[in-house]
Amino acid sequence: MRHALLAGLLAAVACGIIGVYVVVNRMVFISGGVSHCSFGGIGLGYYLGINPVLGALFFTVASALGMGVVTRRTKLPEDTAIGVLWVMGMALGIILVGLTPGYPPDLFSYLFGNILLVPTFDLFVMLILDIVIISVVFLLYKEFLALSFDEEFGTVAGIPTERLYLILLCLIALTVVVLIKVVGIILIMALLTIPAAMARQFTHSLKRMMLLSVLFGAVFAVGGLWLSYALDWASGATIVLVSVALFIASLGFSRLRSRRQLKVSPLTQRQLSDE
Amino acid sequence: MATNEVVKLEDVWVHYDGVPALEGINLAINQEDFLGVIGPNGGGKTTLLKVILGLIRPGQGKVTVLGGNPERGRRFVGYVPQYSLFDRDFPVSVWDVVLMGRLGQAGLFRRYSEEDKKTARHALETVELLDFKDRQIGELSGGEQQRVFIARALVAEPKLLLLDEPTASVDAPMQTGFYELLQRLKQRMAIVLVTHDISAVSIYVDEIACLNRRLFYHHSKEISVEELEATYQCPIELIAHGVPHRILREHD
Repeated sequence: MRHALLAGLLAAVACGIIGVYVVVNRMVFISGGVSHCSFGGIGLGYYLGINPVLGALFFTVASALGMGVVTRRTKLPEDTAIGVLWVMGMALGIILVGLTPGYPPDLFSYLFGNILLVPTFDLFVMLILDIVIISVVFLLYKEFLALSFDEEFGTVAGIPTERLYLILLCLIALTVVVLIKVVGIILIMALLTIPAAMARQFTHSLKRMMLLSVLFGAVFAVGGLWLSYALDWASGATIVLVSVALFIASLGFSRLRSRRQLKVSPLTQRQLSDE
Repeated sequence: MATNEVVKLEDVWVHYDGVPALEGINLAINQEDFLGVIGPNGGGKTTLLKVILGLIRPGQGKVTVLGGNPERGRRFVGYVPQYSLFDRDFPVSVWDVVLMGRLGQAGLFRRYSEEDKKTARHALETVELLDFKDRQIGELSGGEQQRVFIARALVAEPKLLLLDEPTASVDAPMQTGFYELLQRLKQRMAIVLVTHDISAVSIYVDEIACLNRRLFYHHSKEISVEELEATYQCPIELIAHGVPHRILREHD
């Protein structure tokens, strides 16, 4: 149980921070593609006899980079590339698992999550990846902000926007790997989207959005874990349902808030005070 | 090249998938110029700005910005893109947006310096928006947002300011304030303003060029009726606002 809580918290850090970039850049579909593609890496890990999480790590980063380069250098529309990536990885994974002799241990855990049985090695990997993610985002914070808000201006201002975009894709790939055991490949998209989307409703600052998003991610993980234990439900899916339920509730709450306080633009405010 | 020449385009051609966007453009812009480029939509006005910025490479011809190639020249160029191209709900403040203009100066991996922040404050004072520095960008009106983007272009302390359709979403009373701001700025930098708002432009700018794949420019406000009609591809009736004197001089 202690491992499960740690895994949940480590996952919350990664998905809280990177989820913010996924949501503000409208990269939710990309995060779906990258996460499902990672199954190819799991299969590769099985086939080569190494830890599937490590297989996923290298395969997912390589695929994300490949997709990024293809989209930037060719006329292929981004969502087409994502669709191809999505199914290619899954299909490859299925075949590789089938080719591996014997019964694949833990396959179900990779697809649907198994936070209760996260081994110590995986926790260690998650911690390292979290440190990498936090460091890169800290160092490149102002560049990522410019890239997300107005990429063309970023290029004019002199930042290497293409390379930054590829780095961001790598960070999404790393986050996906962190989340695999927590909610499973199929549902990773939920944790990359919902905590950040919920945080967006409570603040206009990207930094605060990240902090809130990590907090919400932790609440979903811990709350979902407790509920799944109490009801004997699948842990990963319960975490996702808890996050969906709280998100919908927060939508209702923020709508009530905006109806009570009428937002007045600064221009109108000045006109009203001039009268 | 003359020492006060900021931009020089020599026989520049740009094609998109074989369709010409700019044909044989020859253009020289000097430090003291305040140039308005007018012409119909699709005539290549935005393409011209992007060529100067090095965002588009011409198929033919040479582009020189401040003595070097456009990519190197970018550090001296301030760019105010068309207003509509950003997400109004983006969680970023006016202050953050203006600071983005200092990215070239600040350097990778570092925080913004005190110098960067001082320049940002000064730029916001120039556009009279310092009081709004903590507001989320979407909370401002169209004209105010446009001034934020001008401030963002100014923080790089450019020698050339490029504005793409800056008054497209700004109504008439705001436009006067905007053009007066530009007149103050032209003391310190060359300005190129791209627009299809002929009347306002003709009052405030010092030179006018017509662009519809081909460029008509006389380093002055002289544009003939024939050149205007060739640019807009239809008969033109000139309507001038404000003081009823002839704004566009006749060209023989």
